[in-house]
Amino acid sequence: MLCMDTVFKALGSPARRRLLDALRAHNGQTLGELCSHLDMTRQAVTRHLRRLEGANLVVTVRRGREKLHYLNPVPIHEIYERWILKYERRRLDALRDLKKRLEGDHHG
Amino acid sequence: MDKPRFIYVTYIATTPEKLWNALIDPETTAKYWQHENVSDWKPGSRWEHRSSDENRTLKLVGKVVESSPPRRLVLTWAFPADEAHDEKHSRVTLEIEPVGDVVRLTVTHDRLEAGSEMFEGISKGWPKVLSSLKSLMETGRSLPKLW
Repeated sequence: MLCMDTVFKALGSPARRRLLDALRAHNGQTLGELCSHLDMTRQAVTRHLRRLEGANLVVTVRRGREKLHYLNPVPIHEIYERWILKYERRRLDALRDLKKRLEGDHHG
Repeated sequence: MDKPRFIYVTYIATTPEKLWNALIDPETTAKYWQHENVSDWKPGSRWEHRSSDENRTLKLVGKVVESSPPRRLVLTWAFPADEAHDEKHSRVTLEIEPVGDVVRLTVTHDRLEAGSEMFEGISKGWPKVLSSLKSLMETGRSLPKLW
């Protein structure tokens, strides 16, 4: 089972985040296309793509002789659900409590 | 083959049969999607995507292109206003594949017009729906209010 550590580790590299941004701008690129507008060697791009694929952040599809790379935002959405929405909810609860307390004081 | 526009993959701790049922059963889709997918799911049949509130608004329609339970479901996908215009239908392929003790769900959405309202909606919608589906199947709880 994919654990969140793998996703965070894959995201913890500027080069890999650049690759994800490149796919977000143009989804479904070949290795050659990705190399052409990134300042990285082919070997480095291949290695980073493998890490991203291992974390399910990139999905590949074969089309004829080409291998196309797609950004898969689902694990990022899971991070959002787990690490952002939950914290946000708590902050909203804290604000609501504060409002209640202040308004309570005001009226009391 | 067209170059797919979007591919989404999620791994879910469940069985292919349960996941298949979760994609086509209106009561289950209502739980994690807040919409009901309604059809007899036979090739050539119409399918509907309706809001699960009391209005039951028709949001999307399409045709079942291929149905091979519990592995592969291919649908066309359009706004109700475009139902009669086949060229405005996009296409969704749902593939279920067991991987070890989990199941890999791949959603491929293609034949989308870049920059269209559908294109924008799709890119925001699928990650939410899939996270909510995964949560429901694995914990029994879907995510609160998606839309």
